[in-house]
Amino acid sequence: MINKKVANVTEAMEGVKDEMTLMLGGFGLCGIPENAINYLVKMNVKGLTCISNNAGVDDFGLGLLLHKRQIKKMISSYVGENDEFERQMLSGELDVELVPQGTLVERCRAAQSGFPAFFTPAGYGTEVAEGKEVREFNGKMYVLEEAFKADFSFVKAWKGDAAGNLIFKGTARNFNPAMCGAAKITVAEVEELVPVGSLDPNQIHIPGIFVQRIFEGKYYEKRIEQRTVISK
Amino acid sequence: MLDKIGIAKRIAKEVKDGYYVNLGIGIPTLVANYVRDDIEVEFQSENGVLGMGPFPFEGEEDADLINAGKQTITTLPGASFFDSSMSFSMIRGQHVHLTILGAMEVSEEGDIANWKIPGKMVKGMGGAMDLVASAENIIVAMMHTNKAGESKLLKKCSLPLTGVGCVKKIVTNLAVLEVTPDGFKLLERAPGISVEDIKKATEGTLIIEGDIPEMVL
Repeated sequence: MINKKVANVTEAMEGVKDEMTLMLGGFGLCGIPENAINYLVKMNVKGLTCISNNAGVDDFGLGLLLHKRQIKKMISSYVGENDEFERQMLSGELDVELVPQGTLVERCRAAQSGFPAFFTPAGYGTEVAEGKEVREFNGKMYVLEEAFKADFSFVKAWKGDAAGNLIFKGTARNFNPAMCGAAKITVAEVEELVPVGSLDPNQIHIPGIFVQRIFEGKYYEKRIEQRTVISK
Repeated sequence: MLDKIGIAKRIAKEVKDGYYVNLGIGIPTLVANYVRDDIEVEFQSENGVLGMGPFPFEGEEDADLINAGKQTITTLPGASFFDSSMSFSMIRGQHVHLTILGAMEVSEEGDIANWKIPGKMVKGMGGAMDLVASAENIIVAMMHTNKAGESKLLKKCSLPLTGVGCVKKIVTNLAVLEVTPDGFKLLERAPGISVEDIKKATEGTLIIEGDIPEMVL
């Protein structure tokens, strides 16, 4: 067993510097690496390029980094829940690349899998395809999209072990698996770090080979963005 | 004239037995409530769930279980979870049979705009561009006109496009229309709405053949 366990978030975040490109898992506030984000705020690293489906809300998730102007550029598919984001983008303070959601995850997965680029139909005929190579296959038009290049990938899983194996829960899986191994260093935080050997190898979602550092996170808030319920 | 629930009820009739369906945010989400209960349908949400159920009872909501609109949900027996990459494999690979989504504008050529108003609203396209570029069957749920009373069914879209030549059918508060090579073909009128009302509210080419029946909800 190759040990990936680090003592805490401080050790896990070693090497993160200004001007780096970071991938961050999560969909909305579901499955976001809360410990890593909070530590980035504390580190006060600046000029970051963040690849993340969403940009958090005003006072949680990546919204905390935006608030402190730590982010130079966001690469996302949907940023509608964050007023500060929209303000910084429309005023030109923040550089934004909006990417179709399926393309966004595939650009991560391509980096993980060693593909430099791929063709997708998403965005053909729209401003997303401007300046990109397009090609026809079987009578349909496709756009060439390139793999991301990132320094760190921060993901969050439900359970993990010191070998770096990960299991996700519910829809908190989302972008996290495709970001594992898609950056130079992948840091996984888990709700529960279990003894090696206690996870069933049949049930592992991400094998430890894609993870360089793993630690058990603390104080998960797991905030719900749109609590929607029916009465009994 | 239909309200949002009426639009959802009419679209629900387009959902057939054995369909995997992706519902967009807004009116499309309501469609799930009105699908016939004697057919088998599974709802896919692009954040990574197939077999979505109703919203949870109060106190039973789970932060790790949401739909693409970030609302708390439940799952039904036979449901599955997966990552975003596999989710878009289902969509791009045309394994999802029907996509229902909202729009700001639709053109008579089937172009759709629903993600951006330059200089004003820039929320992002989310999964909409992947969905419209791939789905074989796309139904748009929207109001026939915008808040200023202007038609949303146009010769050409004025807003940045989400996809080209992809919309097949549109259900509005006034009508059901099909996108054909010659323009918007009027299929049904909403209760209490005349063909004349629909003509007035449609900027794009409207094709009217024979008597246009009133919708049955």
